[in-house]
Amino acid sequence: MSDFSLLTLLQHTLSNHRKWPKQWRSPAPKASYDVVIIGGGGHGLATAYYLAKNHGPLRIAVLEKGWIGGGNTGRNTTIIRSNYLWEASANLYDHALKLWANLSSELNYNVMFSPRGVMMLAHSIHDEQIFNRHIRANQLLGIDNEWLTPQEAKQFCPVLDIDQNRRYPIRGAALQRRGGVARHDAVAWGYARAADRLGVDIIQNCEVIDIEKGTDGAVRAVETNRGRIESERIGAVAAGNTSVIMGMAGLRIPLETYPLQALVSEPVKPIFPCVVMSNTVHAYISQSSKGELVIGASTDQYVSYSQTGGLHIASHALEAVNEMFPMFRRLRMLRSWGGRVDVTVDRSPIIGKTPVPGLFVNCGWGTGGFKATPGSGHVFAATIANDEPHHLAAPFALSRFVSGAFIDEAAAAAVSH
Amino acid sequence: MLLITCPYCEESRPELEFHYEGEAHIARPLNPTTVSDEEWAEFLYVRSNSRGPHRERWRHLHGCGRFFNAIRDTRTDKFIITYRQGEFPEHEIVEETPK
Repeated sequence: MSDFSLLTLLQHTLSNHRKWPKQWRSPAPKASYDVVIIGGGGHGLATAYYLAKNHGPLRIAVLEKGWIGGGNTGRNTTIIRSNYLWEASANLYDHALKLWANLSSELNYNVMFSPRGVMMLAHSIHDEQIFNRHIRANQLLGIDNEWLTPQEAKQFCPVLDIDQNRRYPIRGAALQRRGGVARHDAVAWGYARAADRLGVDIIQNCEVIDIEKGTDGAVRAVETNRGRIESERIGAVAAGNTSVIMGMAGLRIPLETYPLQALVSEPVKPIFPCVVMSNTVHAYISQSSKGELVIGASTDQYVSYSQTGGLHIASHALEAVNEMFPMFRRLRMLRSWGGRVDVTVDRSPIIGKTPVPGLFVNCGWGTGGFKATPGSGHVFAATIANDEPHHLAAPFALSRFVSGAFIDEAAAAAVSH
Repeated sequence: MLLITCPYCEESRPELEFHYEGEAHIARPLNPTTVSDEEWAEFLYVRSNSRGPHRERWRHLHGCGRFFNAIRDTRTDKFIITYRQGEFPEHEIVEETPK
C-alpha cells in the first residue's frame, strides 16, 4: 500500500476515489503469535504499532471483539492535555503529548491533532489556589501551563462572559497552549493502518473467551470465538472489560467500570476556539472541526457495562454548559452516547506486569484515556518487549495498591468525575 | 434513570432518591493487627466488578435513609432483587468467567 500524499490524492481523484485500497488487511488468526494484544482500541493498536516498530521483528496480533475503535476510543470528547498535578502522571501524559505533536506524519495519517489550547476556568479563590499549584508543579517539570487573568482569558476565548456578578464568576484560568483535540476515529485507523503495514494482524470480531495457563502458571494461549491462539506474552488493553479478562487468568484487580456519557450538538459556525473546562460547574466543551459542540458529562454513580447512562446525568451537563454559556440554550443536541470507563481509586492507570507471568495489563485510564493514547501504547510496548516496566510506566504498577504509593489524581482531577 | 425498589419502604422510586454505596457484603477484617498489606489492599481496593449479576449496596438517602442491598445485572442495569440488611437471598450468579 502506498503512502498518502498529494500525488496519490490526485491519482485517485482521476478515478473518482473509487480505487482506494483497503487500509488494513482482515487476516484469519494464525495458530500462534509472539505477542497477543487483547483490545483493538487506540491504546491496544498503539501498543501493537510501537511493538512492531521499536521492538521487532515480532509476530503480533490485536484481538478485538467488536470493531476497532468502537469502544471508548470512538466515544470520548477527544481532549488532549498533560497538565496533571503529580510528577509521575504529568511526565506520562506529556510523553503522550509530545508524540501527538508529530503523530500525523509518523503514521502518514491525518489524525487532525489541533493544539488549540485547553483552558480551565477558576470560579473561586480555591480554584485559583489549586490551579496555581498545578501551574507551578507543571512549570517545574518544564510542562507549559500558565495563569490568565479574566481579561486575558476572554482575549483567548472571546465567548467567555467575565462579568464578576455572575453566579459563577470567572476569576481567571489556567491555560495549556499545547493541549487541544484530535479526531478520535482517525487515531484508531491511523494506528491500525501503520501497524498493519508493519505486519501486525488486526483481527476484528474476535472475542477472547478464556486465557490458558501452563503448569508453570505462565500464560500459554487465549481461547477465542475464532479458535485457540498460542502466545507466551499477552497484553490486556480492554478498558472497561479488563476485570473480565483478568478474571479469565484468575486475577482480581482494583478496578470498577462506570458509564460515562458525552453529547454533540448540531453543527454551527466556528464560535469556540479552544477547549474550556470548568470543574466548579462541571462542564467541558469544545467545538469539532465539523462545527458540533462536543460536551462531556459525568459518570453515573453505579457500576455498569451497559454503555448507557442516566438521562439526568446528561441533562446536568447541559445545565452546566448553559450556566456558562447562555447563548447555547437554543442549540439542539444531535447525539448522546455512553462509554464504559475503568476507574481506579487514585484515578491513575495501571500499566505493567501482573502476578501471572507473561500477562501484562494496561487499564484504569478511567475518564481520561484518549489523551494518553500514543504515550500509553509506547510505554506499554516497551514494558511487554523488555518484560520490565518502562521507566515512565513504573510508578503505575499494580503493586502500588499494596504498597500504598498512589498517584492520587482523584483529588487533583480537572473535572471531578 | 434507574427505578429502584426500597425493601424497607416497599416502593419503587427514581434513582435520584438513592445513593450508590459500592459492592455489597465486603466485611472489614475482624482483627486488623494481623492483616497483611495484600489483604488490606484486597479489602480496600479490589472489587469483583462483575459483568452480569452484581451484589451492591444502596442507600435510600432521600427516603427512609436506610442502607439495603441489591442484585443488579450490570449488562442491562436491571435489578434482579433488592433486599434488607442482614439478608442474603440465594441467587445463581452466572459467572461469565467460570474460574
